[in-house]
Amino acid sequence: MTPAASRQQSRAAWVFVGPALALIAILFFLPVLAGLLLALTDFDIYAIGSTSNARFVGLRNFQQVLHDPDFLTALRNTLYYVIVGGPLSVLTSLGAALLLNARMVRLRGLFRTIYFAPVVTTLVAVAIVWRYLYHPKYGLLNYVMGWIGIAPIDWLGNPHWAMPAIILLSIWKNFGYNMLIFVAGLQAISQDLYEAAGIDGAGAWKRFVHVTLPGLAPTFLFVSVTTMIGFFQLFAEPYIMTQGGPLKSTTTLVLLMYQEGFRWWRMGIASTLAVVLLLATLVGTLLQLRLQRGRAQ
Amino acid sequence: MKSTDASNRTDRVNAPDAAKRSATMKGSARMKRALPSVLLHAALILGAVLTLTPLGWMVAASFMPTGEANSFPPRFLPSQPTLTHYVDLFTRTHLARNFLNSAFVSILATLLSVTFNGMAGYAFAKLRFGGRDKIFRLLTLALVVPGQVGMLPLFLLLRQMGFVNTYVGVLVPFLASVLGIFLIRQYVLGVPDELLDAARVDGAGEFQLFLRVVVPVIKPILVTLAAFTFLSAWNDFLWPLIILSDGGKYTLPVALANLTGEHVQDTELMMAGSVLTVLPALLVFLMFQRAYVRGIMAGSVKQ
Repeated sequence: MTPAASRQQSRAAWVFVGPALALIAILFFLPVLAGLLLALTDFDIYAIGSTSNARFVGLRNFQQVLHDPDFLTALRNTLYYVIVGGPLSVLTSLGAALLLNARMVRLRGLFRTIYFAPVVTTLVAVAIVWRYLYHPKYGLLNYVMGWIGIAPIDWLGNPHWAMPAIILLSIWKNFGYNMLIFVAGLQAISQDLYEAAGIDGAGAWKRFVHVTLPGLAPTFLFVSVTTMIGFFQLFAEPYIMTQGGPLKSTTTLVLLMYQEGFRWWRMGIASTLAVVLLLATLVGTLLQLRLQRGRAQ
Repeated sequence: MKSTDASNRTDRVNAPDAAKRSATMKGSARMKRALPSVLLHAALILGAVLTLTPLGWMVAASFMPTGEANSFPPRFLPSQPTLTHYVDLFTRTHLARNFLNSAFVSILATLLSVTFNGMAGYAFAKLRFGGRDKIFRLLTLALVVPGQVGMLPLFLLLRQMGFVNTYVGVLVPFLASVLGIFLIRQYVLGVPDELLDAARVDGAGEFQLFLRVVVPVIKPILVTLAAFTFLSAWNDFLWPLIILSDGGKYTLPVALANLTGEHVQDTELMMAGSVLTVLPALLVFLMFQRAYVRGIMAGSVKQ
C-alpha cells in the first residue's frame, strides 16, 4: 500500500469506528470509572440537587455495608442463587444437549426450538406467569405434585422455598441457551475418539466419562463462567415475584442496589454494592479459570 | 450434514457386533435397539411438555372467563374461551401504547446498533489504523464488567443532559456494544481480502466499498446482530425501569410489572398482557431462528 492510500484508509477507519467507540467510551467506560469513584462518596438525595453536597469518604461505604445485615443477607442470597442455581442450570443444559444430540433422535429441530423458546421470552412476563403457577392453592405446580402425593408448598410465601422457586424458574428460562452451546461442543468432539474407545471395549458410560466429558471441558469453562456472571445479576425475578421477600430471603445484590440507588437515592452506597458485585464476579471468574483450566488442557 | 456423517461412522463400528447379534436372536436384538429409542423419545417429549406448560397455561388462562384461572382443581383449558381480557387490555389499560413504545424503541435500537457496530466491526477486522489492536484489547475488558457498575453514573449523566424519561434514554445501552463489534469483526475476518482489494483497484472509495461489497457479503451476521438487539431491547427491564418515570413512555415489560401491582387478582388479564409481551419476541425468534442461533455459536467458539 502506498503511504497516501494508507493514510486514506486510516482516516476512513476512524470514521467507521469513531461513532461506536465514542458511544462506548461515553456510555460505558466513563460511567464505570465514575461508578468506582461514586462508591467512595456519600452521594445521596441532596447531592442529586447539587453535586457539591457529595463528599469523598474513602472506604467508609464499604465498612458500613459490611456491617449492614441487609447487605450480608443479599450477598448470601446471591451466592446461594449462583452456587446452587448456576450448576443446576448448567447440568440441565448438558442433559438436554445429550438427549438432543443422541444419534437416533427424530424431529431434532422441533425439540431444539421448543427447548430454546423460554430463552427468548420476556423475563417480566414469564415471572408473572410463574407467580401464578406457584400459587399455593390454585397453582399448577402444587396440583401436579399432589398427583404423586406431595403436600402443597407455599413456594413464594415461605422463606425456605422462595429462592428454590426462583432457581427453578431460572433453569426453565435459561437452560436452552447453554444447551445449544453444549450441542456445538458435542459435535466438535472427534468421532475417532469414540471409535478408538469402542475398539478398546469401552461401554456407553465409560465413553461418556473418558471421551465426552474431557472433550467438553473448554465448553464447560465457557458456559460456567458466562452463566455465573449472568446469575450474579439476579434482579427481575425477585422484583416481580417476591419484592425480595419473604423475610428478605430473595433480596439480591442488584435488587438492593436498585432500592438503595433509585428508591432512596443513596447513590454512594448503591455504587458500593455495584463494586461488590464487580469484585464477586471477578473473584468467581478467576476461581473458575483456576479450577477448570487444569481439566480443560 | 455433520451429524449424519458422524452417525454413519459410529454405525460402521457397531456393525459386526450387531450382525452377530441379529444372526442369533433377531427379535430380541430389535427390542434392544427399540427400547433406548423409546426411552430417549419419552424423555424428550417429557422435557418438551415441561418446557411448554408454563407458556401453554399462560395462553389458555388469557382466554378463560374471569376467575376461572383461580379455581381448584386448576384448569388447563378455558371452559368457554373469551377475548374479553384482550379487549380490556386495549380499553381499560394503556398497554397498546406501551406496545407501540416497545416496538418503536426496539426497532430503532436495532437499526442504530447494526449501523454503528457493523461499521466498527468491519473496520476492526479489515482496515489498518493506529492503535487498533490496543483499543480492541481494551474493549475486551468491558466483557467482564457487569453493566450495573456504570448504571448509576450513567443515570446521573443522562439526567444532566435531560434524557431521563425520554426514548433516547432508553436507547442508550443498545447504541453500540462490545459484543456486537466482536460478533461482526469475527465474521468479517473470514471475508477474503482479495474481494476488497479488487474493488479498490476498480476505484471504489472506502465507503462505497463498505456499502456495495462488504454489506451484501456480511448480511447474515448483520441479521444475527439485528435479531439479538431487537430481542434484548424488547425484553429489557432494569434499565427502562430506571430511566422512565412516566407511564405513557413505559416499555411493555415495565408497564406489565406496574400492572401486576394494580391487577394482581386479575389473573386472566395479566395473562393476556403476558401473551401480548411474549408473543412478538417468540415470533421474531421463530422468523430469525437460524440467524439467532448462529450468533450464540459465534460467541461460544471464540473462547
